[in-house]
Amino acid sequence: MIEEHDLDLLLNDLFELYGYDFTNYARASLKRRVQRILTLDKFPSFAELRYRLRSDEPFLKHFVEELTVNVTEMFRDPGFYKVLRQDVIDNLRAKPFIRIWHAGCSTGEEVYSMAILLKEANLLHKSLLYATDLNPTVLEKARRGFFSLSEMKQNSENYIASGGVQDFSSYYTAHYGQVKFDESLSEKMIFSTHNLVSDSSFNEFDLILCRNVLIYFDKALQERVLRLFYDSLAQLGFLALGTRETLRFSSVEPKFKQFSQEKIWRKVS
Amino acid sequence: MEKSKLTHSCKAVIIGGSAGSIEVLLKLLPALPETLTYALIIVLHRKHTAESALAELLTSKSRLIIHEVDDKEPLKTGKVYLAPADYHLLIEHSLVFSLDASEKINYSRPSLDVSFESAAEVFGPELVGILLSGANADGTAGLKAIKRAGGLIVVQKPETARVAYMPQQAIQEANVDYVLDIFELARLLNLLNN
Repeated sequence: MIEEHDLDLLLNDLFELYGYDFTNYARASLKRRVQRILTLDKFPSFAELRYRLRSDEPFLKHFVEELTVNVTEMFRDPGFYKVLRQDVIDNLRAKPFIRIWHAGCSTGEEVYSMAILLKEANLLHKSLLYATDLNPTVLEKARRGFFSLSEMKQNSENYIASGGVQDFSSYYTAHYGQVKFDESLSEKMIFSTHNLVSDSSFNEFDLILCRNVLIYFDKALQERVLRLFYDSLAQLGFLALGTRETLRFSSVEPKFKQFSQEKIWRKVS
Repeated sequence: MEKSKLTHSCKAVIIGGSAGSIEVLLKLLPALPETLTYALIIVLHRKHTAESALAELLTSKSRLIIHEVDDKEPLKTGKVYLAPADYHLLIEHSLVFSLDASEKINYSRPSLDVSFESAAEVFGPELVGILLSGANADGTAGLKAIKRAGGLIVVQKPETARVAYMPQQAIQEANVDYVLDIFELARLLNLLNN
């Protein structure tokens, strides 16, 4: 395992040379990620990884991509999407305009899931889905709307488990092992880089989804980001987190009321 | 198993297992005292099903509450923690849990190796790692890491395991301190309680 001191040096380089601040990421997981890159890219030593990062800017892109976790799927945790479908979306129906923010959207699977829910509720035409990530490469993938055909079996099962009754394959066309999702879904999406560590609020939203992103942050950074979400939510707006993420250890907790056991809260003050 | 060897201070016990482990825990947990002098962390390969069903099942057989971990939850002495399904469970030096939804390791999430290695780094010699029944080689590398950090490593006697592969693998690869049957494992957990 790499030493704490070495990791500090590396994080300092990333910040000083490139402006990426990972110092408040949860340490145990971050260390594993760096160790993983050392192994995958077969660096003979930590010093060589550090040298490469300092001297080779294109490598940085690859490094940041591998450092951050981009594991996701459509309708991930179907029980959660069931509550969105049945309870949350109905609360948005009366709005003249629906603004949703997917913070840390990775390759966009959950954004497309949301667009499908809105379309089936006949609300997509008056919705806008802002999808942000710190990593431009994954955003580009999300924007293009191409996904691997091999993932569609799991996605389709999740869709059905979340209460979906359409033929899931009607939302995409397949060619050569890839699928392209319908453009009527993506035309309501706006993709942009946004770093939760350093960037500020950019709009007011009715629903913010940030699932399995906060787990990679330490408590201080989680606190900052939850404040940012609070400031970016309309009154009675919804905040959705990952299955084992919670407001319980945060100072914003009293400003929210838990809406569902599926880790959805509502801004109440 | 001499008692003198076990009087060294133990801050945490981490138990890992796969197929055939729940039935062992259902026998071990009732044997635990009401007050524990260490934190007990349980990491199991499990299906991503009904959220708290397993924690409830384990709690129903114990005088202690077995609690499924939330991200950044503080790790406290005397508590029993269960790794949630579909996340790797890690421990920070500040003694809070961190969850991680990254790639599976050894086809598993949670991976026993990941949690064992993380716990070894935080608790060093004050950790005891126990590996139970299972059909996968996960856990062996983690036990080695615990041993390297000065901790005690124990595996379930393969003859008493429903699936012997996991403990067998550890016995072959890691320099295991004790190989114990279920009754002896229960005794160990009590001896470690000071």
